[in-house]
Amino acid sequence: MIGDLLINVGAVSLLAIFAFWILRTRYLVGVVVVSGAFSLTAAALFVVLDAVDVAFTEAAVGAGIATVLGLATLTFVPHFEKPHRFKGAALGISWFPALLAVATGLLLTLAVSDLPRFGSADAPIHNHVAPHYINESPNEIGIPNIVTAILASYRGYDTLGEVIVIFTAALAVLVLLVGRTRSRRDKQRKGRRQ
Amino acid sequence: MHDDPVVRIVAKVLIPSIMLFAFYVQFHGDFGPGGGFQAGVIFASAFILHAIIFGLNRTRHVWAFRPNLAVLCVGVLLYGGTGILGMLGGGNFLNYNVLGDTPQAGQHLGILLVELGVGMSVAASMVMLFFAFAGRATHNRFLSSKERNDE
Repeated sequence: MIGDLLINVGAVSLLAIFAFWILRTRYLVGVVVVSGAFSLTAAALFVVLDAVDVAFTEAAVGAGIATVLGLATLTFVPHFEKPHRFKGAALGISWFPALLAVATGLLLTLAVSDLPRFGSADAPIHNHVAPHYINESPNEIGIPNIVTAILASYRGYDTLGEVIVIFTAALAVLVLLVGRTRSRRDKQRKGRRQ
Repeated sequence: MHDDPVVRIVAKVLIPSIMLFAFYVQFHGDFGPGGGFQAGVIFASAFILHAIIFGLNRTRHVWAFRPNLAVLCVGVLLYGGTGILGMLGGGNFLNYNVLGDTPQAGQHLGILLVELGVGMSVAASMVMLFFAFAGRATHNRFLSSKERNDE
């Protein structure tokens, strides 16, 4: 119990420290690397919450691939963010956005008090389709991992949509970054003529 | 760093193990944590590690652009095709019950095929994204120093 508490408090404060560090620094390589660390810490938190499948995805996608893609992108942009000033900034703080952020934070904190207690059995989320999945999936699907049963079978249509999103993203990057653009094609033609 | 023999040999040991682990995650997703998404990302990371250590050109030689594009499309088609197979068997789209002799066997087969489609699509798109970004790098940071000299 006390161990769980320590892990939770430690991981959440680490997340806060990483988030502030990312906000304050102008060194973009550092931002990418610390974002990876942020994802890994979040993955650890998901493990504590017994959401191993989510933790696995977060560690692989958030901490792994996203970091590598970020670093790959940084090979063709400058490594430092330009210093910028917002209008109406005083004492190094832009007051209007800061006020807006604090107000939104307060509202969200107020809203949290209306949520059902964490893990409570009569929360709406545990009384909709979840009991059906837990009770019936051994008979209907017959595989031990209920998460896979939900993702691939009960919610197969959503997962198809997700795959198509990834497919579309890959195609979009393909169109934008790979292959010939008009200027490159013209350059090649010029080269051939000479 | 790329020409360091330690890095190269460790990479050579790691890359096949990463691929094997990806297959484990892919086909063990029914029993433990994992599935197509995670397996696809892990499988792609093997190619990315290869590109970082040995240079993008050699990775392109090992795994060319066109087969990658084919795997990307076949993954999505495999998923959709499994759904249509369910329709041909008399069920709804993506109803796997009709795929096997018993509903459970059908579900097992359907989930296996669908997860395989997800894995193929995700792996290919991650490799594609990395190739697209790293291939445009002006500094050619992802090429080994030998290749940089060749250019």
